[in-house]
Amino acid sequence: MSTHSSDQAVHVHEAHDHEHHDTFWTKYVFSQDHKMISKQFLVTAIVMALVAMIMSLIFRLQLGWPNEKFPIIEKLIGHWGKGGKLDPSFYLALVTIHGTIMVFFVLTGGLSGTFSNLLIPFQVGARDMASGFLNMLSYWFFFGSCAVMTASLFVQSGPASAGWTIYPPLSALPQAIPGSGLGMTLWLVSMVLFIASALLGGINYVVTIINLRTKGMSMTRLPLTIWAFLITAILGILSFPVLFAAALLLLFDRSFGTSFYLSDIFINGAPLHYSGGSPILFQHLFWFLGHPEVYIVLLPALGLASEVISTQSRKPIFGYKAMIGSMLVIAFLSFIVWGHHMFITGMNPFLGSVFVFTTLLVAIPSAVKVFNYLATLWKANIVLSPAMLFAIGLVSFFISGGLTGIILGDSALDINLHDTYFVVAHFHIVMGSSAIFGMFAGIYHWFPRMFGRMMDKRLGFMHFWLTIVSVYGTFFPMHFIGLSGAPRRYYAYTAYEGFDAAININVLVSIFAILGGLAQFIFVFNFFYSMYRGKRSPQNPWNSNTIEWTAPVEHLHGNWPGEIPTVYRWPYDYGKPGAPDDFIPQTTPYTETKNSNLPGEG
Amino acid sequence: MITLLTYIVIVLGLLTAWRLMRVMELVRDLREEEDIITKKDNLFNGRMSMVFMIVCFIGMIYFTIDAKKYLLPISASKHGLLTDSYLYTNFALICVVFFICQFLLFYYAFKYRHKKGEKAYFYPDDHKLELIWTVIPAIVLIGLIVYGLKLWINITAPAPADAMVIELYGKQFDWTARYSGQDNKLGHANFKLITDENPLGVDVNDPTSKDDRITKELHLPVNSKILFKFHSRDIIHSAYMPHLRAQMNVVPGMTTEFFVEPTITTDSMRIILNNPKFDYVVLCNKICGVAHYNMRMKLVIESPEAFKRWYKGLNYVFSRDAEQPKADSAKTALLPTGTSTIIAGK
Repeated sequence: MSTHSSDQAVHVHEAHDHEHHDTFWTKYVFSQDHKMISKQFLVTAIVMALVAMIMSLIFRLQLGWPNEKFPIIEKLIGHWGKGGKLDPSFYLALVTIHGTIMVFFVLTGGLSGTFSNLLIPFQVGARDMASGFLNMLSYWFFFGSCAVMTASLFVQSGPASAGWTIYPPLSALPQAIPGSGLGMTLWLVSMVLFIASALLGGINYVVTIINLRTKGMSMTRLPLTIWAFLITAILGILSFPVLFAAALLLLFDRSFGTSFYLSDIFINGAPLHYSGGSPILFQHLFWFLGHPEVYIVLLPALGLASEVISTQSRKPIFGYKAMIGSMLVIAFLSFIVWGHHMFITGMNPFLGSVFVFTTLLVAIPSAVKVFNYLATLWKANIVLSPAMLFAIGLVSFFISGGLTGIILGDSALDINLHDTYFVVAHFHIVMGSSAIFGMFAGIYHWFPRMFGRMMDKRLGFMHFWLTIVSVYGTFFPMHFIGLSGAPRRYYAYTAYEGFDAAININVLVSIFAILGGLAQFIFVFNFFYSMYRGKRSPQNPWNSNTIEWTAPVEHLHGNWPGEIPTVYRWPYDYGKPGAPDDFIPQTTPYTETKNSNLPGEG
Repeated sequence: MITLLTYIVIVLGLLTAWRLMRVMELVRDLREEEDIITKKDNLFNGRMSMVFMIVCFIGMIYFTIDAKKYLLPISASKHGLLTDSYLYTNFALICVVFFICQFLLFYYAFKYRHKKGEKAYFYPDDHKLELIWTVIPAIVLIGLIVYGLKLWINITAPAPADAMVIELYGKQFDWTARYSGQDNKLGHANFKLITDENPLGVDVNDPTSKDDRITKELHLPVNSKILFKFHSRDIIHSAYMPHLRAQMNVVPGMTTEFFVEPTITTDSMRIILNNPKFDYVVLCNKICGVAHYNMRMKLVIESPEAFKRWYKGLNYVFSRDAEQPKADSAKTALLPTGTSTIIAGK
């Protein structure tokens, strides 16, 4: 490994001399530098997140006030909102694209893409990713995928509208819903590009973490962020190809008349030729990715939060090895729980029982993680920075949403709750809000590392408190809509009697959703404003141990001007008794800290 | 003129905002705080944390009490009573964990907020604690798994042979029910046989289809045993009967089943809810197209006698066969076997 680094050092030194040759194109557009690529991912994700958020606000207006007209809807979406009234088929399109963008482009591409790229080379001590070129491709596939998805919004027959899970036959037959025409084809093309991006990225992350660690950086000295990114990348590499297969077969069924997922269909007054396929097969394939995907979204957020919580608590993370162990167990279990999305598809009930068992087991490592976070906070010395607040928010959502997961993971209870708003509330808290809070924590914490400037902390506090209030205000009442028996993906609940809950509670939900949506503009302003005019960042603003803070504030190719720092200890020596400061950077050898060494150290 | 003025106001407003920002930046740079997050910030956020927690707890409890009126009424099926009580056991358990963990989280944020010059308690690991909070959740979860699976296995067990077989047939965007008639067997059907007159594609040559009857309004006799068989002609639907705590996907190309024992008549439920307009429903709960939200069927649970009367007036699948003579001669004989057993049992 040491030879690696020194080879690289030489190589980079050469590159260093040529730095002024960077043109606009090679520096900002076709960059192969992990720092720039991470910024590209982040900005793209923020733009996509805003699009998806505005979509959700449009359908929240419809759900909250189904009898009102909102001229702004017509302004935003044109003929789909004629007279300020949202079109029912476009409602389904909005729901579908909101989910797709948030799950894939923001919380997978945006979260992993940004922070794996930024932090893996910085925290393991590498000059760059193992392959800068693959890394660049990864971003451009991602960008292409976002572009195709955005383009699909402008298709005449409307974008994909079969729900983000695109179950066939609905997604396979344009006769069934207008969105399953060209819109669905573009959705599939976009997803194929996305999978390519995720795989290129994932392979790169794994290789970099395994091969390019600096001297002394053993696996048990890696920050938890890196462990989380490693496990996430492996999950992605193992599960995304299955989604690729699922999408490909669906494409065949749609365009070439095969019958993988279709059978015995009579629609629009005529029987179709498909025979022998099974729509359930698609669900198996989709959720074989779909469930690990939940952890692809969540684990990086937990990794970021672990790092932020330990740093800002000025206290080592409690149970470092247990944290890694629980992530590994969660990752393993995530591959054998997909059936809990399918309890009532007519799947063999015994198979359902097996999935109940594996699903509820996930609660054990999750509980361990929560208790470890609480133990870390106990008797800590907590700096309540915006990042720390968001990390605390993440833990709060992880508790709330995880607990309702115990109910939904139980097949007997799932019968009556499946596909109701209870599910919507559950995953928006545990996966959506948790992961986005992890992402916010990461942005506030590492913004100085990205842009050399600090984000405004007061706007950060405001953003946090408004957002956490809106998240609970939006999703807590939503559980009750589900418990009243209201199905999800309904355009309106006013056509018939019996949906009082959905009608009345939805008003409250929509008000909080709009508040939460508006609060995000505080963040967007703070982000772009601080990028140019924020206060200059000191070298190590959070007094952190990890080695990314030893690299110069101004970015340069190869990250460190001289040799890559050597690592002598784990990253969580915060608040060690006997040490002069409340932190000991990883680059400090034990020989220099005689007073604080524990037995067996140095 | 007014538009022009508006634009001027907007431009001036933006200019002012920009100047204000400049002033704030200058003040910020002058202030030169020693720490990035000051004592004041920590105090503010620590207090906010407590306020947020207390307001949230009160709000949640208040909302829950208020929203009780929206919850589904008592289950109108046998298994639903069991799953409901199990659901509330789960909720009780969850609430305990929820309040303890959330309290600790936000209280610690306040209590252990940063104090300059102080050090956190260096406490990186404790195997005993780790073991405790691995084993305790494991034991609780094993308990939940065992009880939940017992329920699940009972609910999904093969239906008794005397259960009345009813087909629920979904298509964009309505439901049709087909009663299997005296032989309690559904006549064979094939999607290629579907016509306007034969919307379910039932095979006229299959003798077991002769006594099948169809309806757009589902009626069930109370305290009977019902085995639903689900079919779809086009895409996946889901037959959701929230008041019966019953749901099963309806998938083209395959048959799915759900066994249910309704226990409360529509009339009794109207009295329980004090709502004379109440009706049970079968909803579609799997996104199935533009009118997904309008796909539903009225469900009536009634006394066996009332059911018998209603059933006699139903059309046969093949209307030719439904002509007068048969309907007169066979009164109870026309009932499906499951129902006749119930009536005999009384």
